[in-house]
Amino acid sequence: MSAPLSGPGSTRTPGREPVRPGLSRTARHHAPITATGLVGKVILLGLVAGIAIWAAFPLIEAEHWIGLGILAATTAGLYYLYLSRRHIPAKYLVPGTLFLIAFQVVPVLYTASTAFTNFGDGHRGSKDDAIVAIQTASVKQVPGSTEYALTVATDGDPATGALVFLLTDPKTKEVFAGDADGLRKLDAADVTVSSLSGKITAADGYTVLNIGQASGRSDAVTALIVPTDDGAIRSNGLTRAYEGKAARAYDEACDCVRDSETGRTWTADEESGSFVAADGERLAQGWKVDVGLKNFSTVLTDPNISGPFFGTLAWNFAFAIASTGLTFLLGMAIALALHSPRMKGTNFYRVLLILPYAMPSFAMLLIWRDMFNTDFGLLNNLFGLNVDWFGGTWSARIAVVLVQLWLGYPYMFLVATGALQAIPRELTEATSVDGASPWQSFRAVTLPLLLVALSPLLIASFAFNFNNVNAILFTTEGGPFAPDNPTNGATDLLITYTYRLAFGAQGAEFGLAATVSIFIFAIVATVSAISFRRTRKQEEVYS
Amino acid sequence: MRIRTAGVVALFALALAASGCGGDSDEPAANESPKAAGGKLVIWADDKRTAALKPFADEFGKENGVTVEVQAVSKDLQTNFVTASQQGSGPDVVVGAHDWIGNLVQNGAIDPVQLPAEQKSGFNETAVKAVTFNGQLYGVPYATENVALIRNTELAPDAPKTIEDLVAAGKKLKADKKASEILCLQSGQNGDSYHIYPLYTSGGGYLFGTSANGDYDPKDLGVGKPESIAAFQKIAKLGEKGDGALKRSITPENAISTFTSKKCAYLVSGPWAVADAKKANISYDISPVPGFAGGKEAQPFVGVQAFYVASKGKNKALAQEFVTNYVTKPELAVALYKAEPRPPALTAAFDQVKGEDQDLAKFSEAGKNGHVLPAIPAMAAIWDPFGKAEAAIIGGADPATTITAAGKTIQGQIK
Repeated sequence: MSAPLSGPGSTRTPGREPVRPGLSRTARHHAPITATGLVGKVILLGLVAGIAIWAAFPLIEAEHWIGLGILAATTAGLYYLYLSRRHIPAKYLVPGTLFLIAFQVVPVLYTASTAFTNFGDGHRGSKDDAIVAIQTASVKQVPGSTEYALTVATDGDPATGALVFLLTDPKTKEVFAGDADGLRKLDAADVTVSSLSGKITAADGYTVLNIGQASGRSDAVTALIVPTDDGAIRSNGLTRAYEGKAARAYDEACDCVRDSETGRTWTADEESGSFVAADGERLAQGWKVDVGLKNFSTVLTDPNISGPFFGTLAWNFAFAIASTGLTFLLGMAIALALHSPRMKGTNFYRVLLILPYAMPSFAMLLIWRDMFNTDFGLLNNLFGLNVDWFGGTWSARIAVVLVQLWLGYPYMFLVATGALQAIPRELTEATSVDGASPWQSFRAVTLPLLLVALSPLLIASFAFNFNNVNAILFTTEGGPFAPDNPTNGATDLLITYTYRLAFGAQGAEFGLAATVSIFIFAIVATVSAISFRRTRKQEEVYS
Repeated sequence: MRIRTAGVVALFALALAASGCGGDSDEPAANESPKAAGGKLVIWADDKRTAALKPFADEFGKENGVTVEVQAVSKDLQTNFVTASQQGSGPDVVVGAHDWIGNLVQNGAIDPVQLPAEQKSGFNETAVKAVTFNGQLYGVPYATENVALIRNTELAPDAPKTIEDLVAAGKKLKADKKASEILCLQSGQNGDSYHIYPLYTSGGGYLFGTSANGDYDPKDLGVGKPESIAAFQKIAKLGEKGDGALKRSITPENAISTFTSKKCAYLVSGPWAVADAKKANISYDISPVPGFAGGKEAQPFVGVQAFYVASKGKNKALAQEFVTNYVTKPELAVALYKAEPRPPALTAAFDQVKGEDQDLAKFSEAGKNGHVLPAIPAMAAIWDPFGKAEAAIIGGADPATTITAAGKTIQGQIK
């Protein structure tokens, strides 16, 4: 190996790189290969391989071949990209793009696809899952049947041999061996029965498994059903067995579930994803089906949803605008005050002002909630008020905006301070030389320049506040609620309303919630697009 | 070229190492001893119960040559369990309240449990009834819980016979400046169906009627019926526009602490409040929640904590073994009681701890005529609208229109 090491390949130095005729077709900005760079590359690509292998096992187990294909292609693509010396721009763009796809595009697509289904409690799995659940749930012990003491054994090797149930009837002390072919009586002389537990501890021709060994083959133990005249013997744990019978069975011929005890049938309804009887009774276990545009039409036409939807939308805009606008005004006002050269001790004030920003907001929200309590809250006690803050529509709305103001102004103060530093003082000085009042110079010079810098942040802040779940869930929980409308409160945002729809006490309805999310997405996207367009125009004016 | 080849070799080595880390760690353990060839049992429970379960789980594992893992899921155990079970990453056994059963069954997340008659008879009857759903036993109960009236005996030496007595005594304490509240019964701005339920039943209201076999019948909804309106008219008299005994400012967060700071003499709460009362050195006594004078008996909800076998668990046979043969031991029930004092569902265990803990017997007495918390999926539709209607009525809204509207909303949500 020593000869090739001294060959041209290994001695190639960064400096020689551009002179190579094959590669010198442009002034490509080759970064020199450094040791750190190489190690970094090795570690990162190693991580890629590690993650790929780690992700591959569950995919193989679930027989998810498409997913595995995507995984393999992505990994191969990454290796090709970073081991080759070409495609320089792609090297920079691909990681971001991958993350964008993984954390933005896929969730959005998933949400969108969920919106067309009835996914939710009672409709989570496939039809097969539902059938299995229905049948398992209907297995009952045959009345008056024997409870056997069970010993799990095999026909040979403990790990691979065919499973056999060795059963003892505790009353008659008779012993049996059972497998998928049925039950047969054993000769009492061939087995040893523990006098303590009544279980068979040894039997000729069988290997008795201890609980550890038997539980290692748990699936097979659960699956083994010994047929009998009245039903079948099934294991109940690893030490007992009972004779049970599944009252309900799925019949493929009629695509229905039949109850052998009552004779009722429930026919599969592929539109609602459940088994429905002639009288409209449904079995609890349903499955996920595509419902087309049903969720969308529900949101738009169901008076329980559409009525609140537009009312909530209006408040949602008001909340987002008020939260963003007021925090901006307060933050900017303080920033301007501290920007004044006549102000003393500005650093002290700045530290003080950033304090609320440094606290975890969810904890602060809970504290604020308690401070607004009518009888025990700090606010009423301090000011001698008796306001039922969260009990009244407008007082609750004012309260949540006040909390947002307190939580949000330090951020606006920070960014406004930064932007103010960037505006040359000469500009404002020039206006005062021209005889403008401070207010005029602020209106004509400072504010427009500030807005150019801060508009994108204001839009982002608006989008954030538009979907500010915590601000509402941790304080009013959407309340107060009108006495005749417990679904939609005065301070509910669309997102908290959706949250309640998806994860609320009445059970998960992911399909419907996903539909509302799509509406919210559309609204926020439209508002942001319009705002950014206007900002760009503004920039063109002032730059 | 050499550097690149070396890089690739290093990469593969690294990849192998990385995959070794993330790979199956059971394998070496399985080879260590033939006894540990068995599977792994995974149990999910909340924080408090996890600690109590651990020693027993370890013992069960050692006895049987299997690995038992108890994992604490501190938040949203039920939803997490349903989601995980859907994705095939759930546990084998889960510990939780019995009113989850309806939802867990409709999502195919738990399997029925077969208990022989003699084992079943060892349990408190209410507890067995609670975990029975559609005629099947779905879990092994280990503790029951219900609310009772806890009172500060320094401020209120006698147990009130009726709610009117309680209000009169509370008002007197308030007038004498000995307390600032009449009654600590948590409501908050969104109400609390669980805690108001004894008063609701005393007023004559009901949630669901019962069908012939004794199960709750989702088709017979009591909310919005004249009985429920009558009950809430009585409750409204206790509200903010009436006696002021029920207030929205008393929330789940401050109800117990207001009681322990001696601002109110009466607290309606469950066994979990007792620890706080003890810590605050309050002399207290426990009696049933009183009903309205001339009304029906005040019946609290009885909840049951139980062990369930997950349908999609990887080791179902072992899970069944653990739940049916091990959880039914009184020792475990006693240990779980010590971790969090709620009356054990196993009669033998209850008798064992009853002697040392008087509170337990009193709670159990207060819950004797209680209603088993309905486990039918339709119950999920009740909580939110019912609670909000309660809060609105306490705040002074008209009971008839409010409760009729709540009834309509609930009806609309029941599938």
